[in-house]
Amino acid sequence: MELTHMLHELSTQVVGFIYPNEIEIQWSILIVVYPYITGLVAGAFILASLVKVFNVKELQPTYRLAMLTALAFMLIAPLPLQLHLGRPERSFEMFLTPHPSSAMAMFGFVYLWYLMVVLLLEIWFEYRRDMIVWSGEATGPKKWLLKGLSLFSTDISEKAVAFDKKTVKVITIIGIPSAFLLHGYVGFIFGSIKANPWWSSVMMPVVFLFSAIVSGIAMVMLLYMIVVPLRGAKIDMKCLDKIASFLFYAVIVDFSIEVLDFIHRLYESEESIKILSQLVSTKLFMSLVVLQVLLGMLVPLGVMAVIKIFRLQEELRKLLYFISAVLIQLGIFSTRWNVVIGGQLFSKSFRGLTTYKMELTGIEGLLVALVLLIVPFVILSLLMKLLPPWKKEELVSQ
Amino acid sequence: MDRRNFLKHLGLVISSGGIAGGISADAWAKIINKDYDTAKHFYGMGVDVDKCIGCGRCMQACKTENSVPDLPFYYRTWVERYIIKTDKSILVKTITMNNSDEPSDVSAERDMLRSFFVPKLCNQCDHPPCVQVCPVGATFKTEDGVILVDAKRCIGCRYCIQACPYGARYLHPETRVADKCTFCYHRLVKGLLPACVEVCPTQARIFGDMKSIASPLGRFTRMHKIHVLKPALNTDPKVYYANLDGEVN
Amino acid sequence: MGDFFKKLPEQAVRIIVLFIALAVVLFVVRQFILPSSLKDTVLQKATATEREAAKDVMYAGAQICAGCHEKQRDVKASGYHRDLACESCHGAAQKHVDNPAEVKPTSPRKRDYCGYCHTYNASRPTGFPQINPVTHNPRKACVSCHNPHNPAPSRTPESCNACHAQIERVKAASYHALLSCTVCHTAPEKHKTSPRTVMPSKPDKREFCGKCHDKESRNGKGMPKIDMDTHGEKYVCWQCHYPHSLGGL
Repeated sequence: MELTHMLHELSTQVVGFIYPNEIEIQWSILIVVYPYITGLVAGAFILASLVKVFNVKELQPTYRLAMLTALAFMLIAPLPLQLHLGRPERSFEMFLTPHPSSAMAMFGFVYLWYLMVVLLLEIWFEYRRDMIVWSGEATGPKKWLLKGLSLFSTDISEKAVAFDKKTVKVITIIGIPSAFLLHGYVGFIFGSIKANPWWSSVMMPVVFLFSAIVSGIAMVMLLYMIVVPLRGAKIDMKCLDKIASFLFYAVIVDFSIEVLDFIHRLYESEESIKILSQLVSTKLFMSLVVLQVLLGMLVPLGVMAVIKIFRLQEELRKLLYFISAVLIQLGIFSTRWNVVIGGQLFSKSFRGLTTYKMELTGIEGLLVALVLLIVPFVILSLLMKLLPPWKKEELVSQ
Repeated sequence: MDRRNFLKHLGLVISSGGIAGGISADAWAKIINKDYDTAKHFYGMGVDVDKCIGCGRCMQACKTENSVPDLPFYYRTWVERYIIKTDKSILVKTITMNNSDEPSDVSAERDMLRSFFVPKLCNQCDHPPCVQVCPVGATFKTEDGVILVDAKRCIGCRYCIQACPYGARYLHPETRVADKCTFCYHRLVKGLLPACVEVCPTQARIFGDMKSIASPLGRFTRMHKIHVLKPALNTDPKVYYANLDGEVN
Repeated sequence: MGDFFKKLPEQAVRIIVLFIALAVVLFVVRQFILPSSLKDTVLQKATATEREAAKDVMYAGAQICAGCHEKQRDVKASGYHRDLACESCHGAAQKHVDNPAEVKPTSPRKRDYCGYCHTYNASRPTGFPQINPVTHNPRKACVSCHNPHNPAPSRTPESCNACHAQIERVKAASYHALLSCTVCHTAPEKHKTSPRTVMPSKPDKREFCGKCHDKESRNGKGMPKIDMDTHGEKYVCWQCHYPHSLGGL
């Protein structure tokens, strides 16, 4: 059997001693993809909330884009979880009879709440007036689709639109702690496992949350820089600089928290320090030291600091922002990898390390993971076609 | 007594009892066997590390009794060999069931400070982290102190496998649900010993009912200083080790 | 209530109605349409426990064999293998109990099976009977000299190293190589047949070692001598010196 063959191969690559049942990595790349995706959802939403709740006017051009991005990724979020289950046909049990002491059981509620009450509701109120107007201009199936989506409402008076705006603000206020819950509970899933010293930490939900904010902001920034020129319009540099500013501060906070955790571990030097040091310096060197810290945080931090200090030219700024945002995405994905896979690479006996052999094909393979990462962008492009984030007059032509 | 006949007919009793629906909370316990009351038992296991000879009969018996896949990657119970050398270095490995490693390695003893075998299995914790994290409640604690997995309910999310500090759980490659030692629960309800205890040649494994007045485990816990694995994690394991070396974790 | 709805803009009413409709559908499905086997956790645990308890037993247990095989039971009852369960060697035998005429348990007669316990392994507890399979009557079946039901060796071992070969090997490389075990340890004859219950003696006073090693003593020309009154304070000699090993350390 293929699995047997793979396990025999793995057993030759074990370093030291592992409990015999630990040879197989239980949570694969799909479980790396899930927190990455929900992180983008939460992060994009937080960026959007900066506009509506904290009245950062410069970010207005990214508001709708951020909301649609959050929705596109949110729709895909349950898939990696579903595909990784041993018995996916039984997943409904988690929604019908969740076991209340389990953090994972919260998924059903948190997901449903966030999707229905926060994301969909806010997008509906935000787009309602425009949907009614567009349905008047459109013909054929698109007309009926828009009418149906707007629940056949017709009132676009000033009073109604003012009510919509107010509701959006209220939902955003509710949405901020909801976003914290959506991604924070994932951090708690790991942070509450006392058996695993790499995961078990008070800071885990906080680290997850802040790296989510970083990745979400960077993703919206990237999308903004790609989509706007594609529509033949000019990028609003004030907006872009503001996003970069928030991104800069978010990365500083995220980095500080991670450094704090690192220093704390080294200083306390608990029983697991030997095997964890071995883990970081051998198996996780490339993904943690190089990808997550150096390329994913320090280089973007340095680049954005240089931009702030030296007030570089617009074109150079755009290029550097783009590179930073891409590096940050790689860095945050590595962060998820280092937490999920890293936590399973060392034995709970603290005496050995195993290896993760990621398959290429197969339901938990690299190809499936890549598809899951690409599909949200496809969904986003469809959403943007149906519900354009910018009106023609908002976009300045190049 | 016709113990053979009794065993044959027991299956009928159990399945007919199980069909009755609408079972109330306390009545369910009695249905397992009309003579077996879960409230009257509380199981634990004792392990005397000094007695284990690392023969692997327990590992083999467990696989036979519980249809565990016959591969070296899935164990409900296993035995670890520790070699602590005079230079303080420590070598640990899981033994094979057929003596295929180091048959008569006399040279191994030259710089040995201490060396021994440690049987490991699910500790049937009284405060089990695996039960706490199961999102659907498929793994649960019975009244008689055994942690079971409902193979028809488990969704295979593997959270319990991550939460177990002892590496006692694995995902069954065929049924794709979580699996682990059950103290041979199907034997306990019939008054038999778990398979590993049954075949151990040196009585390194002692099985007992802590609610019974006279049980081998009772004497075991009286005559030995007892240690459990990873006590700092507060899982309240019910596998009690005597003569356990501090290097075992 | 009606006033409240009148004051709300029509889009809010539409949304609220939609959400209430969804909530009602979810509620109805969850509470009334789903069967209780999917919802009632007590019922799920009960059926899971019964399912577990109803699993097939593979090992019959040592008590049952004696019901038919009394002769073997009597032979085994007084030998070294009296505590060894029949199924440890003969394998799972419940199927044989259910159908004695047609299903027979296995009977290991080759050398490899006895070796699972008795092949020399440095981690086994001291004194456990072990042999080196390469040198101990190679290629001869163990059962040709040892009756597995009462495996007393064909000749009672004369020297201690039949069971304590590891100690003998260590001692052979030490300064005490030419001292036989009995110089320091007196082993009653019964120790050879009841090794764990009748133990050899160990010296209990400093003066014992002093007989050779005290500077005043007349024995032991050329041996290291110390002044018993001042060397080692209140400790007995073997608290620091391991008498079997090289240099006594």
